[in-house]
Amino acid sequence: MNEKTGPAQADSPGRHEVRAMLPGTFYRKPAPDQPNYKDPGDSVSVGDVLGLIEVMKSFHHVVCEHEGTLGEFLVDNEAPIKAGQVLAVIDNR
Amino acid sequence: MPIDVLSAGLSTTVQDLGRPGYYHLGIPIGGAMDRYALRAANLLVGNPEDAACLEAVFLGPELAFSEDAVVAVTGAELPPKVDGETRETWTSFRIRAGQVLSFDYIRDGARSCIAVAGGIDTPPALGSRSTYAIGALGGFEGRAIQSGDRLPVGRADVSVAEGRTVSEKMRRNSGSPCELRVVTGLYWHRITEEAGGQFFEDTWKVASEADRMGYRFQGGRPLEFVDREPPFGAGSDPSNITDACYPYGSIQVPGGTEPIVLHRDAVSGGGYFMIGTVISADMDLIGQLQPHTDTRFLQVDMETALAARQERASMLDAIRQRLS
Repeated sequence: MNEKTGPAQADSPGRHEVRAMLPGTFYRKPAPDQPNYKDPGDSVSVGDVLGLIEVMKSFHHVVCEHEGTLGEFLVDNEAPIKAGQVLAVIDNR
Repeated sequence: MPIDVLSAGLSTTVQDLGRPGYYHLGIPIGGAMDRYALRAANLLVGNPEDAACLEAVFLGPELAFSEDAVVAVTGAELPPKVDGETRETWTSFRIRAGQVLSFDYIRDGARSCIAVAGGIDTPPALGSRSTYAIGALGGFEGRAIQSGDRLPVGRADVSVAEGRTVSEKMRRNSGSPCELRVVTGLYWHRITEEAGGQFFEDTWKVASEADRMGYRFQGGRPLEFVDREPPFGAGSDPSNITDACYPYGSIQVPGGTEPIVLHRDAVSGGGYFMIGTVISADMDLIGQLQPHTDTRFLQVDMETALAARQERASMLDAIRQRLS
């Protein structure tokens, strides 16, 4: 598991976008038989893991860089993603 | 003039044109996945074509320069930034002492060659600076770079002009669907005629198991094999063969389900049947494929493969003439 690959987040007042640093496959849970890392409406803080990106035989954490409330996910579990794509939104108004 | 690695990217390695001559001992040629991009990057900064560069995949590193440098980034569309200001890909630009080179999100392709005038000057191993990470050979201590590393750079003429560029029509894009030309191989007789047809008709997708050793594809129909009495040493699975040499670009299909194209860091032999081999002219394209990219295999004959190789060589000659 690579811990270094956190997302970059575009700020607008009260709303932060969680973007994918890498292209690959997005997962919302650590393993198929385990619960989601986070669900919409959950409160989140800096360092929380929001999901995984699988690429080149390895998995990379998507790490939260803002405190707030998790809004919606913009991609489905196991969906193919592009680098720079918005995965989720964090609301901290 | 060392370069300080502030962050390493996903799997950034030192690569040149590789170490031919040891494959029979199990040591692959290695080197840049996109050899054309590596040569172009070196030409842009006034290096010999085979100088060592950094190959970044999907995610660029962050590099601090302690002296003035001339840099070019080719291959994938991974936009470079100098102290946060965007620079063009496929174009030489200057970095001043104290500035930091970083990268934006990758827009297209998979691998970038980052050339620095003077070349990355790690000690050669078996005649090459290429990193063969599985064998802990070459590059920076035989591994991908890490934050905190100091990369040595050779002496360079930093008076090389900024703004030298390779025009867009001289760049090669893998496209979507990507079309990979294939010459069928020695084991073609192992599958039914129908299965052979389907392999070339189906659209495949790049799987997540794709790296410098090989690229796996999925989504096409499974292959049907011709019945046989397994030869000595082959085992009972119809996709197995008596151990044989694996060419670069060869397409093995374990279990007849998911084709794997061996690439620069290939294993040199084994017991999987190979349906054919991707032609040398199209190997660079594979190195630029992102996961999930639609891919078609096109059957060609040897004559077409050699003509395509010739065409690639002419393209390289054209940029050599423009840039030297």
